[in-house]
Amino acid sequence: MQDISRRKFLQTAGSLTVTFSISGLPALAQEGGAKRLPGSLKAFPKISSWIRINADNSVTLLIGKVELGQGILTAAAQICADELDVDIERVEVISGDTFVTPDEGVTAGSASMPNCAPAVQQASAEARHILLDLAAKKLGVAPQNLSVNNGVITTNTGLRASYGELVLGEAFNREATGLVKPKAIADHKIIGKSMPRIDLPAKIVGEAAFLQELRHDGMVHGRVVRAAQRGAIVSVDTAPIEAMPGVLKVVRNGSFLGIIAAREEQAIAAAEALRSAVEWRKPSPFVASNLVYDWLEKQPAQDSTVKEIVRNNSAPPSSVVERTYLRPYQMHASIGPSAAIAEMKPDGVLVIDTHSQSVFWTMEAIARMLKMDKAKVHGRHFHGAGCYGHNLADDAAADAAMLAVAFPGRPVRLQYSRADENCFEPLGPAMVVKARAGLDADGGILDWQVDVFSTPHNTRPNREAGFLLAAAELDPPIKMPVPKNVPAPNYGAERNAIVLYDFPAHRVFNHFITAMPLRVSALRGLGAYGNVFATESFLDEIAHEAKADPVEYRLRYMKDERARAVISKAAEAFGWANFQKSAGRGRGIAFAQYKNLACYTAVALEVSIDPTTGEIRVVRAVAANDSGHIVNPDGVENQIEGGIIQSLSWSLKEEVRFDAHRILSDSWAEYPILRFSEVPPIEVVQIDRPGAPYLGTGEGSQGPTVAALANAIFDAVGVRLRQLPFTPERLKAALNA
Amino acid sequence: MQLNVNGATVTVEADASTPLLYVLLNDLKLNGAKYGCGAAQCGSCKVLIDDNAVPSCVTRLSDVIGKNITTLSGLLVDGKPGKLQQAFIDEQAAQCAYCVAGIIIAAEALLRKNPKPTDAEIRAALDGNLCRCGAHNRMVRAVLRASREA
Repeated sequence: MQDISRRKFLQTAGSLTVTFSISGLPALAQEGGAKRLPGSLKAFPKISSWIRINADNSVTLLIGKVELGQGILTAAAQICADELDVDIERVEVISGDTFVTPDEGVTAGSASMPNCAPAVQQASAEARHILLDLAAKKLGVAPQNLSVNNGVITTNTGLRASYGELVLGEAFNREATGLVKPKAIADHKIIGKSMPRIDLPAKIVGEAAFLQELRHDGMVHGRVVRAAQRGAIVSVDTAPIEAMPGVLKVVRNGSFLGIIAAREEQAIAAAEALRSAVEWRKPSPFVASNLVYDWLEKQPAQDSTVKEIVRNNSAPPSSVVERTYLRPYQMHASIGPSAAIAEMKPDGVLVIDTHSQSVFWTMEAIARMLKMDKAKVHGRHFHGAGCYGHNLADDAAADAAMLAVAFPGRPVRLQYSRADENCFEPLGPAMVVKARAGLDADGGILDWQVDVFSTPHNTRPNREAGFLLAAAELDPPIKMPVPKNVPAPNYGAERNAIVLYDFPAHRVFNHFITAMPLRVSALRGLGAYGNVFATESFLDEIAHEAKADPVEYRLRYMKDERARAVISKAAEAFGWANFQKSAGRGRGIAFAQYKNLACYTAVALEVSIDPTTGEIRVVRAVAANDSGHIVNPDGVENQIEGGIIQSLSWSLKEEVRFDAHRILSDSWAEYPILRFSEVPPIEVVQIDRPGAPYLGTGEGSQGPTVAALANAIFDAVGVRLRQLPFTPERLKAALNA
Repeated sequence: MQLNVNGATVTVEADASTPLLYVLLNDLKLNGAKYGCGAAQCGSCKVLIDDNAVPSCVTRLSDVIGKNITTLSGLLVDGKPGKLQQAFIDEQAAQCAYCVAGIIIAAEALLRKNPKPTDAEIRAALDGNLCRCGAHNRMVRAVLRASREA
């Protein structure tokens, strides 16, 4: 069980830090092993960066990726336990601590399994190898005559040594060689099994498991006050606020405005009073929300060619189809508004407890904002609510830091309100995707072209202060750098704009717009959600025009065997071939390989539509997924299921509304999401590929789900919806058109 | 001010108008109920007041004097997970689990009134609770499991 009090002990009392260095393998280390090292082990090749053996024979695993509710700690612990031959209960995971763990960058992009998991695997395998070597010397037998059971090494003559005894007091410190082979798949006891999440029991029985449940001694409560459009302060009289019950300090720095109070309800009351007391300079208006798609197409853009395959034969197509698909601004809408706790310690170290996805980079950004040495900013990750991308977690850390430096010596807990979270979070960007195809006389595809118009999909505080809300409010402000698009092979706005199908001509262009009428950043899947919606809807439209079966038509152009397998499996599990169509009911299917390098996912679903109300009910959904070698089948299923449900919520309901001055979607009433009674039964079929690389799963199903939904709606009522979300009003209008 | 929380009488120093949520979180240091919206729209902060699941973010201390308040840890039996909690663990019915405390409380209130609910009755009872990760079906299965094991 992961208990935050246990972790605190480890950090304060210090553990027996074991560093590996033995004489057994010196030659190997000199062979340039780092080149052979997998994933994040390349950048952090020391085994001691990842693995510690404690005196009580337990193992501490240190990783830079953090738990976002997707089970990465469990998967990493599974791999570590299996390779080290210890029970998983003996593995404690510390993650995302800038003073303790490797810096694995951002936990995002379904990249934890491909990068963190192989590093843990190799480091654990090498640690076991070294331990066996140490035991062999101590017990005077050859390593091959030893066996390991739950961290205890025994000989066939009954001699024994535990991991804890072997490393106690020794000074080990060596780089992984890359030459120790992890276990053969047949020897796996824990990898590949559905293991219960190690962090869930504490969260289910009510132990302190979340950042929001940390209560440091002497902790006080902070709130910040911002203008709807983050304008500068014209005037504010803070004296009456300072006199309110419990108020310890009003913090003003440029246009950054916050309060600190003894009790939480006092902080809330003081923040409300402060909000009424401040007059903000009127900023320039936003582009109106109904004009945003036109605005996107008209903006000056950085145009880039993402893919260009030209047809050998230049004969003109017999017909050309052009369609435009629209994706609105959408919210992360985390169920828990972001929070952070910061304390300026007497030794000059600023400790920040955060649920950021990018603890290391955000701490560096905060250090720059505060003009502090980054070595004096200690970021520690604690679990928060699911974030699904860059939400306000990083700004919470920065705001807490701003308050803490103004009120040193006491931990300051910053908690955003629901309205703060909704109105200031960087939204998932609106997108316009234009698709164009040249067809032959039989409705086959000759030319395929996709044009993506969108603003940045990543404004994370990548070590840059200017991406933090508070930094822009300082006097003088730290300006936001011009965001860059996410480059290949992951891509940002144009993520998954390249389809995996083989067409004679295939052109993809990105039109990257750096102007931002609303604050935007990475929302789960980035451009993939909008692009898969567009391309897989478009392909379906063409298939229908050609009077072809959508499954057959997809397979006609798909050479990738793993892609073919998930499409066929999803169709089979759905019962595609035997589907009986009835009035108001329809089926749809769609496929994508996330980022064209992560997991393969096909989703088939059935809808039932009430044509009088325009209401769309998803009756059932089936997914087939290939995430490479599966470490935790239940974890993969949970991710695919959750991704489908979140995508259905985005696709049926979600659109951020705003007027020229502010975000209007400031509550759950104004930004509704899918509810229990609207969630369909979901079946997930997994294709395991033992020995193949681990492929991330967290963002695999959202794109295929939205397109399958659009395709099923068309199948049910013959109307093609090309603008998200598919609200009853929008469908009714289309049916009556 | 005296409150009855998880079967014990506790004294807190707070204004009568203070929302119960902040007293549970900060004064009594009880986990489970969490801030989600402050407006009774998401269910993250639900606790049992007698046998009803109530959002503690809009419930004032003065409203609960003399009533039985039960939080997530109040559902433990002899220090072990209660049957609903065990069912949530067995079904791995969560992703981030931020919403799960409020959902278990809402399910507990349902089972006290209707010990053998159908799938549809469970969904209807949980419609006042939001889950953003998409663990809904697992949670419904967990409630069904707990009702079978009752």
